[in-house]
Amino acid sequence: MNGASRPASEGTIARVVHRARRSDLLFAGLGVVVLVIALAILFALIGDLFIRGAERLSWDFFMNFPSRRPERAGILSAWVGTVYVMIATAAVAIPIGVAAGVYLEEYAGKNWLSDVIEINITNLAGVPSIIYGLLALGLFVYGFGMGETIKVAGLVLGLLILPIIIVSTREGLRSVPQQQREAAVALGADKWQVTWGYVLPAARPTILTGIIVGLSRAIGETAPIITIGALTFIAFLPDPPITGHFPFISFAWLDSPFTVLPIQMFNWVSRPQAAFHVNAAAAGIVLLGLTLAMNGLAIWIRARLRRR
Amino acid sequence: MAESQTASPAVLVSGAITASPGFLLRRRIIGEVMRALLFLAGSVSVLTTIGILYVLISESAVFFAHVPLKEFLTDTMWTPLFADPHFGILPLVTATLLVSGVALMVAIPLGTVLALYLSEFAPPRLREMAKPVLELLAGVPTVVYGYFALLFVTPLLQKIIPGLSGFNMLSAGLVMGVMIIPYVVSLSEDAMRAVPDSLREGAFALGFSRLRTALRVVLPAALSGITAAYILSMSRAVGETMVVAIAAGQNPNFTFDLREGAATMTAYIVQVSLGDVPHGSLAYQTIFAVGMALFVITLVFNMLGFALRRRFREVY
Repeated sequence: MNGASRPASEGTIARVVHRARRSDLLFAGLGVVVLVIALAILFALIGDLFIRGAERLSWDFFMNFPSRRPERAGILSAWVGTVYVMIATAAVAIPIGVAAGVYLEEYAGKNWLSDVIEINITNLAGVPSIIYGLLALGLFVYGFGMGETIKVAGLVLGLLILPIIIVSTREGLRSVPQQQREAAVALGADKWQVTWGYVLPAARPTILTGIIVGLSRAIGETAPIITIGALTFIAFLPDPPITGHFPFISFAWLDSPFTVLPIQMFNWVSRPQAAFHVNAAAAGIVLLGLTLAMNGLAIWIRARLRRR
Repeated sequence: MAESQTASPAVLVSGAITASPGFLLRRRIIGEVMRALLFLAGSVSVLTTIGILYVLISESAVFFAHVPLKEFLTDTMWTPLFADPHFGILPLVTATLLVSGVALMVAIPLGTVLALYLSEFAPPRLREMAKPVLELLAGVPTVVYGYFALLFVTPLLQKIIPGLSGFNMLSAGLVMGVMIIPYVVSLSEDAMRAVPDSLREGAFALGFSRLRTALRVVLPAALSGITAAYILSMSRAVGETMVVAIAAGQNPNFTFDLREGAATMTAYIVQVSLGDVPHGSLAYQTIFAVGMALFVITLVFNMLGFALRRRFREVY
C-alpha cells in the first residue's frame, strides 16, 4: 500500500518464489524417477526373459511338440494353436464389434434400449476375464455341447475383446465430420450407403487400431482358456484349414482340442524343474514379442493418424 | 418414394437421372436388413451379460442347495476337494484382498505421482513419449508378469526378507501393482486433464506454485475421477488371475502373513479347471460359486467407479 514496505516484501517474494521453484523441481524430479522406475521394471522383465530364454530360441524350439524332456520340448502346438484361436477370435470379434459400434453411433436412438446396451458394454469391460471363462465352460462347453475346442476359445476371447473394438469403432465414427455424411446424403445415398461407403472407410484407421489392441490382448489371455479346459500337453496339430481335395477349405480345425502360447508358458512356469523355466522364458519371449509388436503397430497407426 | 416416381414420371425434369423402382426397393431392403443386423450385433453384449448371470446363478444355486450360505461366508476352511470338505470362502477372500491391497499400495502412490507429473509438469513431448511406454507395460501378458513375479522378484526378495516362501502374496502383489500402474495413470490423468485451465490460471494468478496448484486445486477438483480410478484398479486387482495363480500359489490358506502363499479366488478357479473335476460334481459347482462371489465384488466396484466418473464429468 505504501512504498516503505516494498523492499522487505520483495525479499520475501524472492524467497517464496525460490522455495516454490525448488519444490516444483523436486516434484518434477519425483515424477521422472517414477517414470524411470516403470521403464526399469519393463527392461528388467524383458532382460530377464532374454538372459534366461534366448539360448532356447532355435528352429527346433518352434518345430517341436512339447515333451517330458525339457531340452527337446518346443512350442509347435502352442503357436499353431495361438494362430488358429486368433483367427476364430477375429472372426467373432471384428464383425460383431464393428457392427455394434456402428449401431450405437449411427443408428441407435436416444431411448432406454440404447442406454441399456451402453451401460452393459461399460460393465462388461470391467468383468474379470476368468468370469468369461466360466461363461464359456457353463454355456458353450456343457450347455451347447461344443466341447473344449478352438471354436469355444474363439467365441470366449471374441466376446472378451468386444468392448475394446466397440469403443474404438465408436471413437473412429465420431471423428468423421458430420459434413461428410451430409454431402453423401445430398448425393442421394441412404443411411446404410453413407455408413458403408463413406463413414466406415473414413474411420478405418481408428477401428484398425482397436482391433489390433483387442487381438493383442486376446493373444496374452490365459485365464478364460484354462477355464474351458485347454490341454497343456498336445502332441498333434489341428486339421489344416486348406485341403488338397474339393472343396479345398475345411472347418474341422474349429472342433479340435488345442493349446496356446500362454498356456504352454504357464505349464512350464508351474513345473518345479529349472530346465522347464528356461523353456518358459523362451516361450515368454515369443509371446511378449507378439504382443509388443502388435501394440507397437497400434501406437504407430495412432501416431500417424494424429499427425495428419 | 418408389411409388411417386413410377406414378408421375412426366413431372420429372427432362434429362434428370432417376433411380429405377427396383433399385430403390433393393436399397430399402438392404437398408432395413442392415439395420436389423447391426441391432443384433449391438445386443450381443446384453446377451453376454444375461449368459454370465444365467451360468453363475444356475450353477451356484445347485451349490448352495448343498452348502448353506452361512457356512460359505463364515467357515475359515476351504477344502472342497478333500475327504472332509469345508466350504468357507474366507481364506480365498482374505488372500484376494491382501494381494490386491499390496498391489494398490504400489499402484496408487506411483500411479498418482506419475499422473500428476504427466498432466501438470511434463513437457508435452515427454508426455507423448511416456504414454506409449505405459501402454506397453499394460500390454505385457499377465502370464509373463506371473513368471516375472515367481522367478525374478521372489528370489530377489528372498535375499532381503527371511522366511519368504517360494510362493508368497508379497511378490504377487508387488508385481500386480506394477501391472495396474498404467490403469491408475491413464484414468486419473483423464480426470486431471478434465479440470478446466481457468482454475489453474486462477491459482497461478494468486501466486500458487505449480506443485501447490497441482495439490490444492487440480487434485481436489479431479477427486471423484481419481477415486474412480482407484476403485476401478481395485476391481482389476481383485479379478486378476495369472500373476496370483503363478506367484502366490494355489493352496487355500487363512493367513494374514504376506510372506506366505495363499490361493486367491481366481487362483482357486484356475486350480480346479486344471484338474479333471467331473462335470456336475460339487467340486465343479464350487468354481461357479466362487465366480459368483468374484462377479458380485467386481460389479459393486465397477458400478461405484463408473458412478464417480460420471459425477466428475458432470461438474464441469
